[in-house]
Amino acid sequence: MLGTKPIQEELQAIVGAQNLRPAIAGDAICGVAPRWVVEPENEQQVAAVLAAANSASIGVIPRGGGSKLDWGNPPKRADLVLSMDRLNRIIEHAWADLTVTVEAGCTLQSLQDALRQHGQRLALDGLWPERATVGGAISTNDSGTLRLRFGALRDLIIGVTLALSDGTLASSGGKVVKNVAGYDLPKLATGALGTLGVITRAVFRLHPLCPTTSSLTFAPSNWEEMQKLLHSIQDSKLAHTAFQIRAASGSPPQADILFEATEAELAAQTEHLRRLLGSASATDSSSTQVWQARQTLFSSLNEHSVIAKFSVLPSDIAKAMQWIAGVFSSKHSSWHAVIQATGLGWLRFDVDASSLDKGLRAVREQFERASGSFVLAPRPAFLYAFDAWGNPGDALPLMRAVKSRLDPQNTLNPGRFVGGI
Amino acid sequence: MDARVLQEFRAIVGPRGLISSPEELRTYECDGLTNFRVIPLAVLLPANTQEVQSIVRVCHREKIPFVARGSGTGLSGGALPVENGVVLSLARMNRILEVDLPNARVVVEPGVINLDVTGRVQPQEYFYAPDPSSQSVCSIGGNVAENSGGAHCLKYGFTTTHVLGLEVVLPDGSLVHFGSKCLDAPGYDLLGVFVGSEGTLGVAAKVTLRVVKRPECIRTLLAAFPGTNEAGAAVSDIIAAGMLPAAIEMMDNLAIQAAEAAVHPNYPDCGGLLLVELDGPVAEVESLMKSVDELCRKNGAWEIRLAQTDHERMLVWKGRKAAFAAMGRISPNYIVQDGVIPRTALPQIMSEIARLSRETGLRVANVFHAGDGNLHPLVLYDRQIVGQERAAEALSFKILELCLAAGGSITGEHGVGEEKKHMMSQMFSEPDLDTMQRVRCAFDPLQLSNPTKVFPTPRLCGEKPGEYVAHPLEKAGIAERF
Repeated sequence: MLGTKPIQEELQAIVGAQNLRPAIAGDAICGVAPRWVVEPENEQQVAAVLAAANSASIGVIPRGGGSKLDWGNPPKRADLVLSMDRLNRIIEHAWADLTVTVEAGCTLQSLQDALRQHGQRLALDGLWPERATVGGAISTNDSGTLRLRFGALRDLIIGVTLALSDGTLASSGGKVVKNVAGYDLPKLATGALGTLGVITRAVFRLHPLCPTTSSLTFAPSNWEEMQKLLHSIQDSKLAHTAFQIRAASGSPPQADILFEATEAELAAQTEHLRRLLGSASATDSSSTQVWQARQTLFSSLNEHSVIAKFSVLPSDIAKAMQWIAGVFSSKHSSWHAVIQATGLGWLRFDVDASSLDKGLRAVREQFERASGSFVLAPRPAFLYAFDAWGNPGDALPLMRAVKSRLDPQNTLNPGRFVGGI
Repeated sequence: MDARVLQEFRAIVGPRGLISSPEELRTYECDGLTNFRVIPLAVLLPANTQEVQSIVRVCHREKIPFVARGSGTGLSGGALPVENGVVLSLARMNRILEVDLPNARVVVEPGVINLDVTGRVQPQEYFYAPDPSSQSVCSIGGNVAENSGGAHCLKYGFTTTHVLGLEVVLPDGSLVHFGSKCLDAPGYDLLGVFVGSEGTLGVAAKVTLRVVKRPECIRTLLAAFPGTNEAGAAVSDIIAAGMLPAAIEMMDNLAIQAAEAAVHPNYPDCGGLLLVELDGPVAEVESLMKSVDELCRKNGAWEIRLAQTDHERMLVWKGRKAAFAAMGRISPNYIVQDGVIPRTALPQIMSEIARLSRETGLRVANVFHAGDGNLHPLVLYDRQIVGQERAAEALSFKILELCLAAGGSITGEHGVGEEKKHMMSQMFSEPDLDTMQRVRCAFDPLQLSNPTKVFPTPRLCGEKPGEYVAHPLEKAGIAERF
């Protein structure tokens, strides 16, 4: 830039020299090495950092706990990692109003710990809560087993403050659970992978914790039976909180159901479930370990491991498992999956480079033909050239227009999102 | 209107789909908020998505602003026509296109009436959860535009929670799809932005809804308190006990009197009436209802009734659902306001509303969705008395200012529309509003779709922003930009 100070000096002037450091190997994003890491301490500094980066035309990668930084496509440019670590305060837990205002860099675990003191929770069982931040969970639209009952983050977030790439700090939504004034930008920020603005704070509606829970596991003999039971449970008046199916190549599926209710009601619900299951017997899961199944998929990933998030209609779950088995069950490959009754699933498969590209394309096509999707999350370097997202549909030009209105110079996470956004 | 354009519209929708005579146009001059009136150039009633697209393309070419309208029951002037614009009524697009119960999805056209969705899936014991009080006449398209709520959204969420997919005609006439029948479609959540955008981003032409299985049992409790503060304290205790009722509604004495005069629900004559509905498995609901009963008594409830059958429940709800219209029984005119506060601010707001009422000599009746802090103060006045209408309007906006000061919102479910756009800059800063308008410019650069609503001042969308282009003088090194 003509007539401006070097960007390092500008950034140092904003955050102080000690909060700007050269990037190291571990800061790389899908193999792209940034030059610096900056750690602002408040939202004004975040905005100022963005404005400086924007006018210097450098690419910015917002980062929370860094636990999901390998989701999405590799960035086209990654000069500056903007770490939100220091924006980690819980600003206000209005427990009597069941809301919380929290800075984006707060980890899910610290948030839940604070909420628990008043018997409340953010109804989200996200991945790696001790590391993952509020901002990262929102940006990646993470959701776990509680989604069936409480909805996604889009249904829990009621307010957001965004720092735009030109340094604007803009809030939308509010602090009350019911509010229709203005556009619902909290939802726009959810799942946008930090490409529209950097989330600096969020407001959530909360739910009471339920002290007594029970988990049951059952294993129907085949997928046809599983699909039938899934339907009869979803079509019943059973009041379950979560319902997941665990599957793996070469073994029959297992399903887990979570109840959260009073002691007396738990017994009634269990009885109701047993009636619905008929011959398929259910066993009590004494530990809550089964609900870690999604996170366990990510354990010890190697250079051949791929994780995909897929979505199908609940009535297509058994079919989807056939598509997956058809492509990935060869003699030298294996797969594991965890599927929610909502039709959202997570798949891990370990394969080598050879026929993978073709297989992935085929399976994605089957999901998309059934109005679903098949999105890659972490994947080996040889797959970086394979688009993580798939077909975003006919609204892509409009998505590009929204991006170009909010981040016209493509400063934020360039190239990481759908359709090259 | 240009005769050639009118002819073109007639060719698209047919003679029965076009209204252009002045006396017929009057029907469309306002929506449920009757103190704003504008007569449109024409009203068009398309029969399908292609016709909507064709109309919008003509509007885009001729730069004619348009306002989409469902049943016209909105209370903030969202469907008020704009000067020199046309109204697009979706009333003829009223088919339920698909019912997919294994996946709990229903696909409808925008003109379908809210309650008809439930009607269609009721035999299989499903229901469509968002239940605005106008649900027997309001349309799904209107619900989408306003992100409508209702008494039961405390537990079940608003319209936006129950819309999974949308087919939308953008303001340039192109057709796009947001969301899907499946969850988490890749890309931005444009569906989330569109729902509740009050018709400013385009026209919904097809809506995929989620329906919900009816719970095992529903119980409704009616509790009479000496005043709203005691009732409010009971609500706080219920929430603090970790319960999430399906609905918690409150009415003050004036609202009870009006409901009694209008539909005779036989409510106890008290200072604060609470209506608590719990739903779920029988054992759970019954044990929780016992706690609700105790908490109400602890806070001074002197009469408690429990509605067990559908018929009893209907009677209990009848008075509440009719509360707005019932005001006509006790006052010649009234303004319905819609504000939100953090629920804990209720006692303070109530005493300030009472003070304002004393100071102005205007009666204010109060009906709330108490569980989520959504207030509906009804300011009563007589238009025949000179100056009273203005005073009533001023009072109703004063109440919204109180809501904002308490950390709340100027609207919980009725929308900003025409009525409250001047209050947006009290709730949001200039950069907040500008950011929303940048999103609007992405959808509607010419600002043709319901252009005068929601925002206090329009934003010029300007050229499509792109990469920074240096001025020739800069390139030549003659000048610098800082």
